[in-house]
Amino acid sequence: MNGFPKIITQNFDVENAWDIEVYIKSGGYKGLRKALNMKPEEIVEEVKKACLRGRGGAGFPAGVKWGFIPKDVEPKYLCVNADEGEPGTFKDRNILEKDPHRLIEGIVITCYAVGIHKAFIYIRGEWAKIARKLERAIRESEEKGFVGKNILGTDFSLEIIVHRGAGAYICGEETALMESIEGKRGLPRIKPPFPATKGLFGYPTVINNVETLSNIPSIILNGGEWFASLGVPGDGGTRLFAVSGHVEKPGVYELPVGTKLKDIIFNWAGGIKGGRSLKAVFPGGISAPVLTSEEVDIPADYNSLQKIGSMLGSGAIVVMDDTTSMIDVLDRVVSFFHHESCGQCTPCREGTSILNRKIKRIMKGDGYLEDLDLIEEIAKLMVGRCLCPLGEACGLQVATIVKKFKKEIEESLKNRERV
Amino acid sequence: MKEEKEIVSEIMRIVQKYPNKRAAIIPILHIFQEKFGFINSEMEKYIAGILGIPPSSVREVTDFYTMFKRTNLGKYHITICSSISCHLLGSKRIADFIKERLGISPGEVTKDGMFSLEEVSCLGYCDFSPVMMINEEVYGNLTLEKVEKILKELSEVKE
Ligand SMILES: Cc1cc2nc3c(=O)[nH]c(=O)nc-3n(C[C@H](O)[C@H](O)[C@H](O)COP(=O)(O)O)c2cc1C
Ligand code: SF4
Ligand code: FES
Repeated sequence: MNGFPKIITQNFDVENAWDIEVYIKSGGYKGLRKALNMKPEEIVEEVKKACLRGRGGAGFPAGVKWGFIPKDVEPKYLCVNADEGEPGTFKDRNILEKDPHRLIEGIVITCYAVGIHKAFIYIRGEWAKIARKLERAIRESEEKGFVGKNILGTDFSLEIIVHRGAGAYICGEETALMESIEGKRGLPRIKPPFPATKGLFGYPTVINNVETLSNIPSIILNGGEWFASLGVPGDGGTRLFAVSGHVEKPGVYELPVGTKLKDIIFNWAGGIKGGRSLKAVFPGGISAPVLTSEEVDIPADYNSLQKIGSMLGSGAIVVMDDTTSMIDVLDRVVSFFHHESCGQCTPCREGTSILNRKIKRIMKGDGYLEDLDLIEEIAKLMVGRCLCPLGEACGLQVATIVKKFKKEIEESLKNRERV
Repeated sequence: MKEEKEIVSEIMRIVQKYPNKRAAIIPILHIFQEKFGFINSEMEKYIAGILGIPPSSVREVTDFYTMFKRTNLGKYHITICSSISCHLLGSKRIADFIKERLGISPGEVTKDGMFSLEEVSCLGYCDFSPVMMINEEVYGNLTLEKVEKILKELSEVKE
Protein backbone atom coordinates (compact mmCIF):
# COMPACT_ATOMS: atom_id res chain seq x y z
CA MET A 1 0.00 0.00 0.00
CA ASN A 2 2.72 2.49 0.91
CA GLY A 3 5.44 1.32 -1.46
CA PHE A 4 7.82 0.54 1.40
CA PRO A 5 8.87 -3.03 2.08
CA LYS A 6 6.77 -4.72 4.72
CA ILE A 7 8.30 -7.10 7.18
CA ILE A 8 6.18 -7.31 10.28
CA THR A 9 2.87 -6.47 8.64
CA GLN A 10 3.33 -8.41 5.39
CA ASN A 11 0.59 -10.82 6.46
CA PHE A 12 -1.71 -8.36 8.20
CA ASP A 13 -4.01 -8.23 5.20
CA VAL A 14 -3.82 -11.97 4.54
CA GLU A 15 -6.95 -13.69 5.75
CA ASN A 16 -6.39 -16.10 8.65
CA ALA A 17 -2.62 -15.60 8.64
CA TRP A 18 -2.63 -16.82 12.24
CA ASP A 19 -3.41 -20.27 10.83
CA ILE A 20 -0.18 -22.21 10.40
CA GLU A 21 -1.14 -23.51 6.95
CA VAL A 22 -1.75 -20.00 5.70
CA TYR A 23 1.50 -18.82 7.25
CA ILE A 24 3.47 -21.61 5.61
CA LYS A 25 1.83 -20.91 2.25
CA SER A 26 2.94 -17.29 2.47
CA GLY A 27 6.56 -18.41 2.89
CA GLY A 28 6.48 -18.94 6.63
CA TYR A 29 9.15 -21.02 8.43
CA LYS A 30 11.49 -20.71 5.42
CA GLY A 31 13.69 -18.48 7.54
CA LEU A 32 13.91 -21.21 10.14
CA ARG A 33 14.86 -23.84 7.57
CA LYS A 34 17.60 -21.58 6.29
CA ALA A 35 18.79 -20.74 9.81
CA LEU A 36 19.12 -24.38 10.81
CA ASN A 37 21.58 -24.79 7.96
CA MET A 38 23.69 -21.92 9.25
CA LYS A 39 26.11 -21.90 12.16
CA PRO A 40 24.67 -20.22 15.24
CA GLU A 41 27.49 -17.62 15.17
CA GLU A 42 26.62 -16.75 11.58
CA ILE A 43 23.09 -15.92 12.63
CA VAL A 44 24.25 -13.65 15.44
CA GLU A 45 26.59 -11.93 12.95
CA GLU A 46 23.75 -11.41 10.48
CA VAL A 47 21.55 -9.84 13.17
CA LYS A 48 24.43 -7.58 14.20
CA LYS A 49 24.83 -6.48 10.59
CA ALA A 50 21.11 -5.76 10.45
CA CYS A 51 21.48 -3.08 13.15
CA LEU A 52 18.23 -4.33 14.62
CA ARG A 53 17.61 -2.28 17.73
CA GLY A 54 15.21 -3.48 20.39
CA ARG A 55 11.61 -2.45 19.82
CA GLY A 56 10.58 -2.63 23.47
CA GLY A 57 11.79 0.78 24.53
CA ALA A 58 15.48 0.91 25.29
CA GLY A 59 16.64 0.28 21.72
CA PHE A 60 19.63 -1.93 22.48
CA PRO A 61 21.08 -3.70 19.39
CA ALA A 62 19.69 -7.25 19.47
CA GLY A 63 22.70 -9.01 17.96
CA VAL A 64 25.05 -7.36 20.43
CA LYS A 65 22.81 -8.42 23.32
CA TRP A 66 22.84 -12.03 22.12
CA GLY A 67 26.62 -11.87 21.86
CA PHE A 68 26.89 -11.23 25.61
CA ILE A 69 25.48 -14.64 26.49
CA PRO A 70 28.17 -17.03 27.73
CA LYS A 71 28.37 -20.23 25.69
CA ASP A 72 29.40 -22.63 28.40
CA VAL A 73 26.63 -22.03 30.97
CA GLU A 74 23.51 -24.22 30.97
CA PRO A 75 20.62 -23.70 31.06
CA LYS A 76 20.00 -20.44 29.26
CA TYR A 77 16.62 -18.85 28.78
CA LEU A 78 14.78 -16.55 26.41
CA CYS A 79 12.13 -14.19 27.74
CA VAL A 80 9.80 -12.75 25.14
CA ASN A 81 8.40 -9.48 26.35
CA ALA A 82 4.70 -9.37 25.41
CA ASP A 83 3.65 -7.33 28.41
CA GLU A 84 2.83 -4.27 26.28
CA GLY A 85 1.51 -1.88 28.90
CA GLU A 86 2.99 1.46 27.93
CA PRO A 87 0.02 3.80 27.40
CA GLY A 88 -0.35 4.39 23.67
CA THR A 89 1.30 1.11 22.66
CA PHE A 90 -0.61 -1.63 20.86
CA LYS A 91 1.73 -2.85 18.14
CA ASP A 92 2.73 -6.16 19.77
CA ARG A 93 -0.92 -7.04 20.24
CA ASN A 94 -1.46 -6.58 16.51
CA ILE A 95 1.39 -9.01 15.79
CA LEU A 96 0.14 -11.56 18.32
CA GLU A 97 -3.39 -11.42 16.93
CA LYS A 98 -2.63 -11.32 13.22
CA ASP A 99 0.66 -13.14 12.69
CA PRO A 100 1.72 -15.15 15.77
CA HIS A 101 3.77 -17.64 13.76
CA ARG A 102 6.14 -14.89 12.65
CA LEU A 103 6.95 -14.37 16.32
CA ILE A 104 7.25 -18.10 16.98
CA GLU A 105 9.59 -18.51 14.02
CA GLY A 106 11.68 -15.61 15.29
CA ILE A 107 11.82 -17.20 18.73
CA VAL A 108 13.02 -20.55 17.40
CA ILE A 109 15.74 -18.95 15.26
CA THR A 110 16.91 -16.80 18.17
CA CYS A 111 17.08 -19.76 20.54
CA TYR A 112 18.99 -21.80 17.99
CA ALA A 113 21.46 -18.93 17.50
CA VAL A 114 22.08 -18.48 21.23
CA GLY A 115 21.81 -22.11 22.33
CA ILE A 116 18.60 -21.82 24.34
CA HIS A 117 16.18 -24.70 24.94
CA LYS A 118 13.46 -23.02 26.93
CA ALA A 119 11.63 -19.79 26.10
CA PHE A 120 8.97 -17.99 28.10
CA ILE A 121 6.53 -15.62 26.47
CA TYR A 122 5.40 -13.20 29.17
CA ILE A 123 2.05 -11.87 27.99
CA ARG A 124 0.00 -9.33 29.89
CA GLY A 125 -2.66 -10.89 32.09
CA GLU A 126 -5.66 -9.11 30.61
CA TRP A 127 -5.05 -10.76 27.25
CA ALA A 128 -6.29 -14.20 28.28
CA LYS A 129 -7.90 -14.81 24.90
CA ILE A 130 -4.79 -13.86 22.95
CA ALA A 131 -2.70 -16.07 25.25
CA ARG A 132 -4.91 -19.08 24.49
CA LYS A 133 -4.65 -18.43 20.74
CA LEU A 134 -0.90 -18.16 21.08
CA GLU A 135 -0.76 -21.48 22.92
CA ARG A 136 -2.74 -23.02 20.11
CA ALA A 137 -0.33 -21.60 17.54
CA ILE A 138 2.60 -23.08 19.47
CA ARG A 139 0.89 -26.49 19.57
CA GLU A 140 0.37 -26.30 15.81
CA SER A 141 4.01 -25.53 15.20
CA GLU A 142 4.97 -28.41 17.49
CA GLU A 143 2.85 -30.74 15.41
CA LYS A 144 4.69 -29.58 12.29
CA GLY A 145 8.08 -30.08 13.93
CA PHE A 146 9.04 -26.40 14.10
CA VAL A 147 9.00 -26.38 17.91
CA GLY A 148 9.70 -29.16 20.41
CA LYS A 149 12.15 -32.04 20.27
CA ASN A 150 14.56 -32.37 17.34
CA ILE A 151 13.28 -29.47 15.34
CA LEU A 152 13.00 -30.36 11.62
CA GLY A 153 15.10 -33.44 12.22
CA THR A 154 18.08 -31.63 13.73
CA ASP A 155 19.35 -32.22 17.25
CA PHE A 156 18.10 -28.80 18.33
CA SER A 157 15.14 -28.82 20.75
CA LEU A 158 13.10 -25.99 22.17
CA GLU A 159 10.14 -25.69 24.51
CA ILE A 160 8.03 -22.52 24.44
CA ILE A 161 5.90 -21.62 27.45
CA VAL A 162 3.24 -18.92 27.55
CA HIS A 163 3.22 -17.20 30.92
CA ARG A 164 0.46 -14.71 31.73
CA GLY A 165 1.11 -11.66 33.88
CA ALA A 166 -1.54 -10.35 36.22
CA GLY A 167 -1.97 -6.63 35.76
CA ALA A 168 1.21 -4.76 36.62
CA TYR A 169 2.84 -2.40 34.11
CA ILE A 170 6.18 -2.60 35.91
CA CYS A 171 6.50 -6.27 34.92
CA GLY A 172 7.36 -5.06 31.42
CA GLU A 173 10.69 -3.91 32.84
CA GLU A 174 13.03 -6.77 32.04
CA THR A 175 14.22 -7.73 35.51
CA ALA A 176 10.78 -7.23 37.09
CA LEU A 177 9.48 -9.55 34.38
CA MET A 178 11.95 -12.22 35.46
CA GLU A 179 10.99 -11.81 39.11
CA SER A 180 7.39 -12.18 38.04
CA ILE A 181 8.00 -15.42 36.12
CA GLU A 182 9.82 -16.72 39.20
CA GLY A 183 6.57 -16.27 41.11
CA LYS A 184 7.45 -13.13 43.01
CA ARG A 185 6.30 -9.54 43.13
CA GLY A 186 7.43 -7.61 40.05
CA LEU A 187 10.19 -5.54 41.61
CA PRO A 188 12.99 -4.44 39.27
CA ARG A 189 16.42 -5.75 40.22
CA ILE A 190 19.50 -3.64 40.70
CA LYS A 191 21.81 -3.95 37.68
CA PRO A 192 24.48 -5.28 37.38
CA PRO A 193 24.34 -8.22 37.24
CA PHE A 194 22.67 -7.97 33.85
CA PRO A 195 20.27 -10.63 32.58
CA ALA A 196 22.88 -11.84 30.08
CA THR A 197 24.93 -13.23 32.95
CA LYS A 198 22.37 -13.66 35.73
CA GLY A 199 18.79 -13.50 34.51
CA LEU A 200 15.81 -15.78 34.89
CA PHE A 201 16.28 -18.26 37.78
CA GLY A 202 19.83 -16.91 38.00
CA TYR A 203 20.88 -18.14 34.55
CA PRO A 204 22.00 -16.28 31.42
CA THR A 205 18.90 -14.86 29.76
CA VAL A 206 18.09 -13.05 26.55
CA ILE A 207 15.08 -10.78 26.74
CA ASN A 208 13.55 -9.29 23.63
CA ASN A 209 10.36 -7.58 22.62
CA VAL A 210 7.73 -9.24 20.39
CA GLU A 211 8.36 -6.91 17.45
CA THR A 212 12.14 -7.27 17.74
CA LEU A 213 11.92 -11.05 17.41
CA SER A 214 9.32 -10.94 14.65
CA ASN A 215 11.92 -9.27 12.42
CA ILE A 216 14.33 -12.19 12.67
CA PRO A 217 12.86 -14.51 10.00
CA SER A 218 13.08 -11.79 7.33
CA ILE A 219 16.60 -10.84 8.38
CA ILE A 220 17.72 -14.44 7.94
CA LEU A 221 15.97 -14.77 4.58
CA ASN A 222 17.08 -11.46 3.08
CA GLY A 223 20.29 -10.76 4.95
CA GLY A 224 21.38 -8.26 7.56
CA GLU A 225 22.63 -5.71 5.05
CA TRP A 226 19.27 -5.56 3.34
CA PHE A 227 17.55 -4.92 6.68
CA ALA A 228 20.06 -2.28 7.74
CA SER A 229 19.63 -0.44 4.43
CA LEU A 230 15.93 0.09 5.11
CA GLY A 231 16.51 2.33 8.10
CA VAL A 232 19.09 4.93 9.07
CA PRO A 233 22.75 4.21 9.89
CA GLY A 234 22.97 2.15 13.07
CA ASP A 235 19.19 1.73 13.29
CA GLY A 236 17.91 -0.66 10.66
CA GLY A 237 14.64 -1.90 9.31
CA THR A 238 11.09 -0.71 9.64
CA ARG A 239 9.06 0.06 12.73
CA LEU A 240 5.51 -0.49 13.69
CA PHE A 241 4.38 2.96 14.66
CA ALA A 242 1.26 2.83 16.81
CA VAL A 243 -0.60 6.11 16.39
CA SER A 244 -3.41 7.03 18.74
CA GLY A 245 -5.23 9.99 20.24
CA HIS A 246 -6.51 12.89 18.15
CA VAL A 247 -5.83 11.54 14.66
CA GLU A 248 -8.25 10.65 11.90
CA LYS A 249 -6.94 7.11 11.49
CA PRO A 250 -5.47 5.60 14.64
CA GLY A 251 -3.66 2.31 14.05
CA VAL A 252 -0.32 0.67 13.36
CA TYR A 253 1.78 1.82 10.41
CA GLU A 254 4.88 -0.06 9.34
CA LEU A 255 7.34 2.47 7.97
CA PRO A 256 11.12 2.69 7.62
CA VAL A 257 13.01 3.74 10.72
CA GLY A 258 13.69 7.44 10.29
CA THR A 259 10.37 8.36 8.67
CA LYS A 260 9.47 11.90 9.71
CA LEU A 261 7.19 12.10 12.70
CA LYS A 262 5.23 14.76 10.86
CA ASP A 263 4.61 12.40 7.94
CA ILE A 264 3.44 9.62 10.20
CA ILE A 265 0.91 11.88 11.87
CA PHE A 266 -0.27 13.92 8.91
CA ASN A 267 0.04 11.51 6.00
CA TRP A 268 -0.26 8.01 7.32
CA ALA A 269 -2.56 8.58 10.28
CA GLY A 270 -4.73 11.01 8.32
CA GLY A 271 -3.87 14.17 10.22
CA ILE A 272 -5.55 15.73 13.20
CA LYS A 273 -9.10 14.69 13.94
CA GLY A 274 -11.84 17.03 12.78
CA GLY A 275 -9.39 19.34 10.99
CA ARG A 276 -8.15 20.82 14.25
CA SER A 277 -4.50 21.63 14.77
CA LEU A 278 -1.68 19.80 16.49
CA LYS A 279 -0.62 20.81 19.96
CA ALA A 280 1.62 18.13 21.41
CA VAL A 281 2.93 14.59 20.86
CA PHE A 282 4.35 11.81 22.98
CA PRO A 283 6.62 10.21 20.37
CA GLY A 284 7.24 6.95 22.26
CA GLY A 285 4.44 6.31 24.68
CA ILE A 286 3.71 8.18 27.86
CA SER A 287 7.32 7.70 29.01
CA ALA A 288 8.75 9.72 26.11
CA PRO A 289 9.08 13.44 26.97
CA VAL A 290 6.48 15.55 25.20
CA LEU A 291 7.16 17.38 21.92
CA THR A 292 5.40 20.55 20.83
CA SER A 293 3.90 21.00 17.37
CA GLU A 294 7.08 22.85 16.33
CA GLU A 295 9.21 19.80 17.08
CA VAL A 296 7.58 17.12 14.93
CA ASP A 297 9.56 17.77 11.76
CA ILE A 298 12.06 15.16 12.86
CA PRO A 299 13.04 11.64 11.77
CA ALA A 300 11.55 8.96 14.01
CA ASP A 301 14.66 7.05 14.97
CA TYR A 302 16.41 6.52 18.29
CA ASN A 303 19.22 9.03 17.91
CA SER A 304 17.23 11.88 16.38
CA LEU A 305 14.68 11.87 19.17
CA GLN A 306 17.30 11.43 21.84
CA LYS A 307 19.08 14.51 20.54
CA ILE A 308 16.07 16.69 21.27
CA GLY A 309 15.61 15.26 24.76
CA SER A 310 12.92 12.71 24.03
CA MET A 311 12.89 9.11 22.86
CA LEU A 312 11.36 6.77 20.31
CA GLY A 313 10.67 4.21 23.04
CA SER A 314 8.14 1.64 21.89
CA GLY A 315 7.16 3.66 18.81
CA ALA A 316 3.81 4.70 20.25
CA ILE A 317 2.82 8.12 18.97
CA VAL A 318 0.17 9.79 21.10
CA VAL A 319 -1.25 12.84 19.35
CA MET A 320 -2.91 15.74 21.16
CA ASP A 321 -4.85 18.51 19.41
CA ASP A 322 -5.31 22.17 20.34
CA THR A 323 -8.33 21.46 22.53
CA THR A 324 -6.22 19.37 24.90
CA SER A 325 -5.71 20.73 28.39
CA MET A 326 -2.12 20.12 29.45
CA ILE A 327 -2.97 20.10 33.13
CA ASP A 328 -5.34 17.27 32.29
CA VAL A 329 -2.53 15.49 30.48
CA LEU A 330 -0.26 16.04 33.45
CA ASP A 331 -2.90 14.45 35.65
CA ARG A 332 -3.14 11.38 33.38
CA VAL A 333 0.65 11.02 33.30
CA VAL A 334 1.09 11.29 37.05
CA SER A 335 -1.92 9.11 37.86
CA PHE A 336 -0.48 6.40 35.69
CA PHE A 337 3.01 6.41 37.16
CA HIS A 338 1.69 6.75 40.69
CA HIS A 339 -0.56 3.75 40.21
CA GLU A 340 2.13 1.66 38.52
CA SER A 341 5.13 2.52 40.71
CA CYS A 342 6.24 -0.69 42.41
CA GLY A 343 7.07 1.27 45.55
CA GLN A 344 10.49 -0.25 45.94
CA CYS A 345 12.59 2.92 45.94
CA THR A 346 11.88 6.14 47.78
CA PRO A 347 12.33 8.83 45.08
CA CYS A 348 9.76 7.14 42.85
CA ARG A 349 7.33 5.97 45.53
CA GLU A 350 7.25 9.31 47.36
CA GLY A 351 7.77 11.44 44.26
CA THR A 352 4.84 9.99 42.34
CA SER A 353 2.71 10.11 45.45
CA ILE A 354 3.37 13.80 46.19
CA LEU A 355 2.95 14.72 42.51
CA ASN A 356 -0.32 12.86 42.39
CA ARG A 357 -1.67 14.56 45.52
CA LYS A 358 -0.68 18.01 44.28
CA ILE A 359 -2.18 17.58 40.85
CA LYS A 360 -5.38 15.99 42.12
CA ARG A 361 -5.77 19.02 44.38
CA ILE A 362 -5.25 21.39 41.46
CA MET A 363 -7.78 19.42 39.42
CA LYS A 364 -10.31 19.92 42.18
CA GLY A 365 -9.71 23.68 42.08
CA ASP A 366 -7.91 23.65 45.38
CA GLY A 367 -4.36 24.42 44.27
CA TYR A 368 -2.05 27.41 44.39
CA LEU A 369 0.13 28.90 41.68
CA GLU A 370 3.22 28.02 43.74
CA ASP A 371 2.27 24.33 43.56
CA LEU A 372 3.61 24.36 40.03
CA ASP A 373 7.12 25.24 41.20
CA LEU A 374 6.99 22.43 43.71
CA ILE A 375 5.77 19.98 41.07
CA GLU A 376 8.63 20.96 38.81
CA GLU A 377 11.15 20.71 41.62
CA ILE A 378 10.02 17.26 42.75
CA ALA A 379 9.94 15.99 39.18
CA LYS A 380 13.50 17.17 38.61
CA LEU A 381 14.59 15.62 41.89
CA MET A 382 13.35 12.23 40.73
CA VAL A 383 15.55 12.27 37.63
CA GLY A 384 18.82 10.43 38.20
CA ARG A 385 17.77 9.03 41.56
CA CYS A 386 15.38 6.19 40.76
CA LEU A 387 16.21 2.52 40.68
CA CYS A 388 14.55 1.82 37.34
CA PRO A 389 13.44 3.79 34.27
CA LEU A 390 9.81 4.07 35.45
CA GLY A 391 10.54 6.70 38.07
CA GLU A 392 13.04 8.40 35.80
CA ALA A 393 10.49 8.61 33.00
CA CYS A 394 7.87 10.09 35.31
CA GLY A 395 10.23 12.79 36.57
CA LEU A 396 11.45 13.71 33.11
CA GLN A 397 7.99 13.72 31.55
CA VAL A 398 6.45 15.91 34.24
CA ALA A 399 9.37 18.34 34.19
CA THR A 400 9.19 18.56 30.40
CA ILE A 401 5.44 19.14 30.26
CA VAL A 402 5.69 21.87 32.87
CA LYS A 403 8.62 23.49 31.09
CA LYS A 404 7.11 23.45 27.61
CA PHE A 405 3.57 24.37 28.59
CA LYS A 406 4.19 26.53 31.61
CA LYS A 407 2.15 29.53 30.47
CA GLU A 408 -0.91 27.46 29.76
CA ILE A 409 -0.69 25.50 32.98
CA GLU A 410 -0.22 28.69 34.99
CA GLU A 411 -3.28 30.17 33.37
CA SER A 412 -5.44 27.17 34.09
CA LEU A 413 -4.08 27.12 37.63
CA LYS A 414 -5.03 30.74 38.11
CA ASN A 415 -8.49 29.97 36.85
CA ARG A 416 -8.82 26.99 39.14
CA GLU A 417 -7.17 28.60 42.14
CA ARG A 418 -9.47 29.00 45.07
CA VAL A 419 -10.32 32.63 45.85
CA MET B 1 -14.34 -33.75 45.12
CA LYS B 2 -14.07 -34.32 41.40
CA GLU B 3 -13.49 -30.64 40.97
CA GLU B 4 -10.65 -30.65 43.46
CA LYS B 5 -9.05 -33.56 41.61
CA GLU B 6 -9.24 -31.59 38.38
CA ILE B 7 -7.66 -28.56 39.97
CA VAL B 8 -4.86 -30.62 41.47
CA SER B 9 -4.01 -32.29 38.16
CA GLU B 10 -4.12 -28.92 36.42
CA ILE B 11 -1.73 -27.56 39.05
CA MET B 12 0.64 -30.48 38.63
CA ARG B 13 0.62 -29.97 34.88
CA ILE B 14 1.60 -26.33 35.40
CA VAL B 15 4.27 -27.02 38.01
CA GLN B 16 6.03 -29.39 35.60
CA LYS B 17 6.62 -26.62 33.08
CA TYR B 18 8.82 -24.56 35.40
CA PRO B 19 12.33 -25.15 36.72
CA ASN B 20 11.03 -24.56 40.25
CA LYS B 21 7.67 -24.88 41.91
CA ARG B 22 7.34 -21.31 43.08
CA ALA B 23 7.23 -20.08 39.48
CA ALA B 24 3.84 -21.76 39.14
CA ILE B 25 2.19 -19.35 41.62
CA ILE B 26 0.79 -16.83 39.14
CA PRO B 27 -0.63 -19.38 36.70
CA ILE B 28 -2.20 -21.26 39.62
CA LEU B 29 -3.66 -18.07 41.07
CA HIS B 30 -5.21 -17.36 37.67
CA ILE B 31 -7.01 -20.71 37.84
CA PHE B 32 -8.43 -19.93 41.26
CA GLN B 33 -9.33 -16.35 40.36
CA GLU B 34 -11.15 -17.53 37.25
CA LYS B 35 -12.93 -20.41 39.00
CA PHE B 36 -13.99 -18.67 42.20
CA GLY B 37 -13.86 -14.96 41.33
CA PHE B 38 -11.57 -14.13 44.25
CA ILE B 39 -8.67 -15.49 46.28
CA ASN B 40 -8.91 -15.81 50.05
CA SER B 41 -6.38 -16.88 52.66
CA GLU B 42 -7.71 -20.43 52.68
CA MET B 43 -6.81 -20.76 49.01
CA GLU B 44 -3.47 -19.11 49.62
CA LYS B 45 -2.65 -21.68 52.29
CA TYR B 46 -3.80 -24.50 50.05
CA ILE B 47 -1.58 -23.32 47.18
CA ALA B 48 1.35 -22.75 49.55
CA GLY B 49 0.93 -26.32 50.83
CA ILE B 50 1.05 -27.80 47.34
CA LEU B 51 4.09 -25.75 46.36
CA GLY B 52 5.88 -26.26 49.65
CA ILE B 53 6.34 -22.57 50.38
CA PRO B 54 5.06 -20.34 53.21
CA PRO B 55 1.56 -18.87 52.71
CA SER B 56 3.08 -15.40 53.06
CA SER B 57 4.95 -15.97 49.79
CA VAL B 58 1.62 -16.51 48.07
CA ARG B 59 0.06 -13.52 49.82
CA GLU B 60 2.77 -11.16 48.66
CA VAL B 61 1.94 -12.14 45.11
CA THR B 62 -1.85 -11.86 45.41
CA ASP B 63 -1.32 -8.47 47.04
CA PHE B 64 0.94 -7.13 44.31
CA TYR B 65 -0.98 -8.01 41.16
CA THR B 66 -4.17 -6.09 40.46
CA MET B 67 -5.92 -8.97 38.68
CA PHE B 68 -6.13 -10.99 41.89
CA LYS B 69 -9.08 -9.93 44.04
CA ARG B 70 -9.88 -10.62 47.66
CA THR B 71 -13.61 -10.18 47.30
CA ASN B 72 -16.05 -11.30 44.68
CA LEU B 73 -16.50 -9.30 41.49
CA GLY B 74 -19.76 -8.88 39.64
CA LYS B 75 -20.83 -11.50 37.14
CA TYR B 76 -19.72 -8.95 34.58
CA HIS B 77 -16.55 -7.18 35.65
CA ILE B 78 -16.06 -3.97 33.70
CA THR B 79 -12.56 -2.56 33.41
CA ILE B 80 -12.47 0.82 31.74
CA CYS B 81 -9.21 2.33 30.55
CA SER B 82 -8.42 5.76 31.93
CA SER B 83 -4.98 6.21 30.36
CA ILE B 84 -3.95 8.96 27.99
CA SER B 85 -5.16 7.85 24.55
CA CYS B 86 -8.58 6.82 25.83
CA HIS B 87 -8.77 9.94 27.95
CA LEU B 88 -8.12 12.14 24.91
CA LEU B 89 -11.09 10.50 23.20
CA GLY B 90 -13.54 10.92 26.04
CA SER B 91 -13.11 7.95 28.37
CA LYS B 92 -14.04 10.06 31.38
CA ARG B 93 -17.52 10.74 30.02
CA ILE B 94 -17.95 7.03 29.38
CA ALA B 95 -16.77 6.12 32.87
CA ASP B 96 -19.06 8.70 34.46
CA PHE B 97 -21.95 7.36 32.44
CA ILE B 98 -21.32 3.78 33.56
CA LYS B 99 -21.03 4.85 37.20
CA GLU B 100 -24.33 6.66 37.01
CA ARG B 101 -26.09 3.99 35.03
CA LEU B 102 -25.04 1.22 37.44
CA GLY B 103 -25.04 3.34 40.57
CA ILE B 104 -21.59 2.18 41.64
CA SER B 105 -18.10 3.63 41.92
CA PRO B 106 -14.91 1.84 40.87
CA GLY B 107 -14.24 -0.99 43.31
CA GLU B 108 -17.94 -1.66 43.97
CA VAL B 109 -20.41 -4.34 42.90
CA THR B 110 -24.06 -3.71 42.03
CA LYS B 111 -26.56 -4.99 44.63
CA ASP B 112 -27.77 -7.77 42.34
CA GLY B 113 -24.18 -8.93 41.89
CA MET B 114 -24.36 -8.46 38.13
CA PHE B 115 -21.77 -5.74 37.55
CA SER B 116 -18.57 -4.48 39.10
CA LEU B 117 -16.40 -1.64 37.88
CA GLU B 118 -12.70 -0.84 37.86
CA GLU B 119 -10.66 1.93 36.26
CA VAL B 120 -7.47 0.52 34.81
CA SER B 121 -4.32 1.58 32.99
CA CYS B 122 -3.89 1.24 29.22
CA LEU B 123 -5.25 -2.07 27.94
CA GLY B 124 -3.14 -2.05 24.78
CA TYR B 125 -6.12 -1.35 22.53
CA CYS B 126 -5.58 2.39 21.94
CA ASP B 127 -6.27 1.83 18.22
CA PHE B 128 -9.88 1.49 19.43
CA SER B 129 -9.94 4.15 22.16
CA PRO B 130 -11.97 4.63 24.26
CA VAL B 131 -11.88 1.05 25.40
CA MET B 132 -13.30 -1.18 28.11
CA MET B 133 -13.22 -4.88 28.80
CA ILE B 134 -16.04 -6.91 30.27
CA ASN B 135 -14.54 -10.09 31.65
CA GLU B 136 -12.34 -11.28 28.77
CA GLU B 137 -14.18 -9.38 26.04
CA VAL B 138 -12.91 -6.09 24.58
CA TYR B 139 -15.24 -3.26 23.55
CA GLY B 140 -13.73 -0.36 21.61
CA ASN B 141 -14.63 2.92 19.93
CA LEU B 142 -17.09 3.42 22.76
CA THR B 143 -19.88 5.96 22.66
CA LEU B 144 -22.54 6.51 25.29
CA GLU B 145 -25.11 4.85 23.02
CA LYS B 146 -22.90 1.83 22.51
CA VAL B 147 -22.26 1.43 26.23
CA GLU B 148 -25.97 1.77 27.00
CA LYS B 149 -26.73 -0.97 24.51
CA ILE B 150 -24.04 -3.31 25.86
CA LEU B 151 -25.14 -2.86 29.47
CA LYS B 152 -28.76 -3.33 28.54
CA GLU B 153 -28.06 -6.55 26.69
CA LEU B 154 -26.01 -7.97 29.53
CA SER B 155 -28.62 -7.04 32.13
CA GLU B 156 -31.22 -8.93 30.14
CA VAL B 157 -29.22 -12.12 29.84
CA LYS B 158 -30.50 -14.40 32.55
CA GLU B 159 -29.35 -17.92 32.85
C1 LIG C 1 8.60 0.33 33.31
C2 LIG C 1 9.03 -0.38 32.08
C3 LIG C 1 8.10 -1.07 31.32
C4 LIG C 1 8.48 -1.75 30.17
N1 LIG C 1 7.54 -2.42 29.47
C5 LIG C 1 7.91 -3.10 28.36
C6 LIG C 1 6.95 -3.85 27.62
O1 LIG C 1 5.77 -3.89 27.96
N2 LIG C 1 7.37 -4.53 26.53
C7 LIG C 1 8.68 -4.53 26.14
O2 LIG C 1 9.02 -5.18 25.17
N3 LIG C 1 9.60 -3.84 26.82
C8 LIG C 1 9.26 -3.13 27.92
N4 LIG C 1 10.21 -2.46 28.62
C9 LIG C 1 11.61 -2.55 28.17
C10 LIG C 1 12.28 -3.80 28.74
O3 LIG C 1 12.84 -3.49 30.00
C11 LIG C 1 13.42 -4.29 27.85
O4 LIG C 1 14.25 -3.24 27.54
C12 LIG C 1 12.96 -4.92 26.55
O5 LIG C 1 11.99 -5.89 26.77
C13 LIG C 1 14.12 -5.54 25.84
O6 LIG C 1 13.74 -6.03 24.58
P1 LIG C 1 14.24 -5.34 23.22
O7 LIG C 1 15.72 -5.11 23.37
O8 LIG C 1 13.90 -6.29 22.16
O9 LIG C 1 13.51 -4.05 23.11
C14 LIG C 1 9.83 -1.75 29.77
C15 LIG C 1 10.76 -1.03 30.52
C16 LIG C 1 10.37 -0.35 31.65
C17 LIG C 1 11.40 0.37 32.44
S1 SF4 D 1 11.71 3.64 40.06
FE1 SF4 D 1 9.61 3.24 40.78
S2 SF4 D 1 9.00 1.42 39.64
FE2 SF4 D 1 11.24 1.55 39.48
S3 SF4 D 1 12.02 0.34 41.19
FE3 SF4 D 1 11.81 2.43 41.97
S4 SF4 D 1 9.75 2.45 42.87
FE4 SF4 D 1 9.83 0.66 41.57
S1 FES E 1 -4.85 4.26 26.52
FE1 FES E 1 -6.71 3.13 26.71
S2 FES E 1 -6.24 1.24 25.74
FE2 FES E 1 -4.37 2.33 25.65
